[in-house]
Amino acid sequence: MKHHADLAEVFNKDEERVDWHDETLWWVRQKRDKASHQIPDWEELRETASQIKLNVLSDLANYLEQFEKQAIANGVTVHWAADAKEHNQIVHAILQEHGITQMVKSKSMLTEECHLNHYLEEQGIGVIDSDLGERIVQLANEPPSHIVLPCIHKKKEEIGEIFHEHLGSKKGEDDPQILTETARTHLRSTFLTRKAALTGVNFAVAETGEFVVCTNEGNADMGAHLADVHIASMGIEKLIPQRKHLGVFLRLLTRSATGQPITTYSSHFKKPRPGQQMHLILVDNGRSIQLGREDFRNSLKCIRCGACMNTCPVYRRSGGHSYHTAVAGPIGSILAPNLDMKQYADLPFASTLCGSCSNVCPVKIDIHDQLYKWRQVIIKEGYGDKKKTLAMQAMAFTLSNPSAYRIAGKAGRVVMKYAPFAVNNSLNPWYKQRDMPKPPKQSFGEWYSEHRK
Amino acid sequence: MKVGLFIPCYVDQFYPNAAIATLELLEKQGIAVGYPARQTCCGQPMANSGYEHLTEGCNSLFVDNFAGYDYIVTPSGSCALHLKEHLHTKKNNGVALGMRKKIYELTEFLTDVLKVKKLDAKFPHRVGLHQSCHGQRGLKLAQMTELTAAPFSKPAALLGMVEGVELVPLTRPDECCGFGGTFCVAEEAVSVKMGKDRVADHEQNGAEYITAADLSCLMHMEGILHRKNSSVKVIHIAEILNGVKEEVV
Ligand code: SF4
Repeated sequence: MKHHADLAEVFNKDEERVDWHDETLWWVRQKRDKASHQIPDWEELRETASQIKLNVLSDLANYLEQFEKQAIANGVTVHWAADAKEHNQIVHAILQEHGITQMVKSKSMLTEECHLNHYLEEQGIGVIDSDLGERIVQLANEPPSHIVLPCIHKKKEEIGEIFHEHLGSKKGEDDPQILTETARTHLRSTFLTRKAALTGVNFAVAETGEFVVCTNEGNADMGAHLADVHIASMGIEKLIPQRKHLGVFLRLLTRSATGQPITTYSSHFKKPRPGQQMHLILVDNGRSIQLGREDFRNSLKCIRCGACMNTCPVYRRSGGHSYHTAVAGPIGSILAPNLDMKQYADLPFASTLCGSCSNVCPVKIDIHDQLYKWRQVIIKEGYGDKKKTLAMQAMAFTLSNPSAYRIAGKAGRVVMKYAPFAVNNSLNPWYKQRDMPKPPKQSFGEWYSEHRK
Repeated sequence: MKVGLFIPCYVDQFYPNAAIATLELLEKQGIAVGYPARQTCCGQPMANSGYEHLTEGCNSLFVDNFAGYDYIVTPSGSCALHLKEHLHTKKNNGVALGMRKKIYELTEFLTDVLKVKKLDAKFPHRVGLHQSCHGQRGLKLAQMTELTAAPFSKPAALLGMVEGVELVPLTRPDECCGFGGTFCVAEEAVSVKMGKDRVADHEQNGAEYITAADLSCLMHMEGILHRKNSSVKVIHIAEILNGVKEEVV
């Protein structure tokens, strides 16, 4: 089974690369700081966004029905998918109905979550990702490592190499401008020849039945406007009650994500143009289960800005792939155990609980508190390591019994034996790259009984 | 005012000088400080590992030890935060919950309760202040860079009262050091890398000492500094505020 610590250790073999990755994402975090600190009522905006989302979550069923009704009235075909498999089947059926074997797709983390590309390829349908970053990782045959910056783990030289191999650019070319042009030319012909386009959804407005897609490249628009069939996939938590609420979220989203005031394109889709078909798939895939978990339901407030990843000191030094799930980083670590507690039992532990994530989050998700709570759930459900459990029981016994503690405590033995950094290992990893302080002659307790009594 | 001193297990065992400095610093303010002898730990090592359900014994021992005090003061932001957020017991929960409000980290207690305005201490060195996450973001000992809000720092203000202290600016003023309890061994590679980067920031900005209101962070960074034979030393903030003396033990 994949484990974050092992994958992170591999990532850390190349320290120079870790430094580069850390600096690159820290730079994005700083851009976010600069943008957010310029808005005097930033904290109030966050609170407002959080309240709006809490309202939606507390009445989700009604908002969904309202949205569906409006969307149908607008001429959109609405589908409901209980899980990833159903979602993929719906997409496939729509394509089959039109005899389409090739589709262009703009960025959608939901389709990553559902492993749509893989599924469609198995059905003989070709998918081309039109977001530049996604296209790069698609060519490299890798999953995205970040929800906003999918190929942030790749250096420009590596991208040049991929383009040389797949798109015929000059060998050794690493000028970002030229590489972007290469991708653009290649994608343009894709846009012109695909009959179906799939987009994600950033916000769906219950009041009007419209949905909003935010991109910097305009690739979602290119795809959707040229195709005969537009399919939009959205998680059921993407709703907001009214159009006016967009003002709050659009101000927050991109400032949090990249430090830009707003995405280059915030496109509203409401009804199909004459002759076009517009399909909207509402996907649950575990969300209603999460909604039922009182401690974790507000993780569904997430607007996928990626700020919690950029700020996370662990993410920056372990890379997105070490989380072995579609959505990496702190938010991924509180979402993934909901889908599969066993497979993702490691993720809530891949954190120091420093709390930076919760404080950059534009919708104020208490991410680090939820990480703590997931740890309790995972251990209680029996997904912890048995040896660790034994060590913890011994430690709990010693720390509950002052006399046992005093005996064990002579010359620092209690800490050496039971403290967190010494638990559960004979080859204590503490010492691999660190020393321990020399135990002093006396503990404080011993000093105190000599000097104050 | 009756103040109970809580010295976390690893401070008791490894850093008695920080504990002595805390005690003396409080006594100098004219406070009667008690140190219940049967104390052990706040329970955080188990709880943060997902074993909060094993902390009952530890918690009820804590409640028994400190029930009689008006305030409970500890030189560890992390332990203080854990107790404030999670102290509970089956047999005496009313007392436990009430106790949460009486628990203070040392610099918080000096600033908010004692309202200390001057200190008789001297420390003529360039000092890097490590903002431990649980103290900073959890207890709000200092403003964090994430928020759009006015800056402040309780530990820095106290250090400002010590003659000769020159606080060095840091490139990343409040990034985590990577200790994180069991994280430091379970995620050894990332933990060490985080620690190395934190230490490098202090070194590059010319710190002779790294100080903090949390010894767990300092122990981790000291381990890294020592391994690479760095001349930079770590020191708990209580020792600077108390005026460093010759090693007592
Ligand atoms: S949890 Fe918050 S910070 Fe992280 S991606 Fe979601 S909205 Fe952004």
